[in-house]
Amino acid sequence: MSAYNARMDCRLAVAQTNPVLGDLRANLGDHLQRIEACAGRADLILFPELSLTGYFLRDQVEDVALRPDDELLRPLLEASKRISIAFGFVERSPEGRSYNALGFLEDGRFLGVHRKVHLVSYGLFDEERDFAAGERFAVVESRHGRFGPLLCEDLWHVPSAYTHFLNEADALLVASASPARGVEAPGPGLASQRTWSILLSASALLYRTWVGFASRVGWEDGIGFGGESRILDPYANPRAAVEGIEPGLAQARIDSATLRRARSEVPLRRDEKPWILAAELARHVPLLSALRAEHALQHE
Amino acid sequence: MSELDVQPALVCDLLVSFLREEVSSARLERVVIGLSGGVDSAVVAALCARAFGPENVLGILLPYRTSNPDSAADARRVAEQLGIPTRDVDISGMADAYLQASGVKDARRRGNVLARCRMVVLYDLSVEWCGLVVGTSNKSELLLGYSTQWGDGAYALNPIGDLYKHQVYQVAHYLELPEGVIAKPPSADLFEGQTDEAELGFRYADADRILLRLVDRRFSEAELVAEGFDRELVRRIAERVVTSQFKRVPPVIAKLSRRSVGHDFRYLRDWKR
Repeated sequence: MSAYNARMDCRLAVAQTNPVLGDLRANLGDHLQRIEACAGRADLILFPELSLTGYFLRDQVEDVALRPDDELLRPLLEASKRISIAFGFVERSPEGRSYNALGFLEDGRFLGVHRKVHLVSYGLFDEERDFAAGERFAVVESRHGRFGPLLCEDLWHVPSAYTHFLNEADALLVASASPARGVEAPGPGLASQRTWSILLSASALLYRTWVGFASRVGWEDGIGFGGESRILDPYANPRAAVEGIEPGLAQARIDSATLRRARSEVPLRRDEKPWILAAELARHVPLLSALRAEHALQHE
Repeated sequence: MSELDVQPALVCDLLVSFLREEVSSARLERVVIGLSGGVDSAVVAALCARAFGPENVLGILLPYRTSNPDSAADARRVAEQLGIPTRDVDISGMADAYLQASGVKDARRRGNVLARCRMVVLYDLSVEWCGLVVGTSNKSELLLGYSTQWGDGAYALNPIGDLYKHQVYQVAHYLELPEGVIAKPPSADLFEGQTDEAELGFRYADADRILLRLVDRRFSEAELVAEGFDRELVRRIAERVVTSQFKRVPPVIAKLSRRSVGHDFRYLRDWKR
């Protein structure tokens, strides 16, 4: 299925929320309220990373991890019969692993679960201690379009969005819980959010794609989250945004007609030569494997 | 323009949001602040007045009999400008009951006792006021360890702990706090004629530039010296940061059980708040 032929006409909403740390029921209530508020006016609503649980969970990961068939998710699945929902949660796998995950619900079922591939364990972060890492980037084939889900740090690694680009996603759905940092002059605004702006705009342009960015707000033990959720078109123009660090909602219509025009004008996917990268990887990966094995031997 | 400059409007917006959310997560709406007459507590009081409304901020003046009377006058000026209620508690009686009876002469010990007496009053009045104690230590003081543990270093929240002294001044100007409060030399006012910079042996302006590089920008001491900073000053400041680490972390608990507080009982303070 090619995105060029597919007809997408999706009213996308991105919710900027402030989850209560570790309180699944309070957050579920907040999700349902926001879903209710835009039902009939949106086809898909995107929530931030770990929107159902809060971010700095540490030992609470165990308490809030859910299997996709958990009863608690029933009201969300029910709501997804009216509006598709992408939301952040901790997924408990059958083997007992916990994933920082973005669930995609539609028509009362899970259409996909993206497990965060690039867990962050530097600076403020310690995700590798608490979560298992995902291993792939899969496009979600929704009735409203082909969506490329990404969780926060995933976007910083070129192969993430590039994989969705190769698989002809119509839109990247980026869910984030990104600390608000960097108040140095002259700005303007937070350094962290300026960086996100560059990353999101570059992604829209490099992959000629729609970008939905749901970014949380609020504070957890003095760490603020940066917000500034938005929807960018394939030219990187903002079509809707939530300004500042309060909860809110941004909505825009994202369509395949705009994509087609943008991709006709600059046909980056058509002209992409993934085999060059494939050849490079073929050279690098065996070498990397050998190095890794050697490293493991040395540290035995 | 200084390399330490921040965007004061943005800083204030963030800190007001921080104060509101962290106080409400403790299920409270009010705060108490020890008002020293200095720029740090003035900035904190102004931020709290914005966050909660002045009527919900109690400024507490805690003079000792040797305190500079200008300190109380400045504190009162700040409170009047902000419209916050104040309470005066002279700590001479409680402090001297111990200091004189025990014959404590050493200036450092006396200073620590005064700071801890003030803490006792703040925490007691915070119960009466139904408010959290908001701290007023800035990042320069925290990193240099220039505070009394369990004294002025005791509080529930601190909005300015990630702002260097230079940045506190910048925010104070933005908040249009009284010029006299901003301009006077910083002092803990624990003994007569005391100033921070005389006691530390260097200026905040120099310390801030060095700390910015050592801490925020992860420079090595050698890189600082290569950039032209005084080797001795860099060494002294770096050493202060290391030797005062104990003031910035919770107390050490011996780990004996299968799960111990402070080690692998890992929850935020905002646990389910």
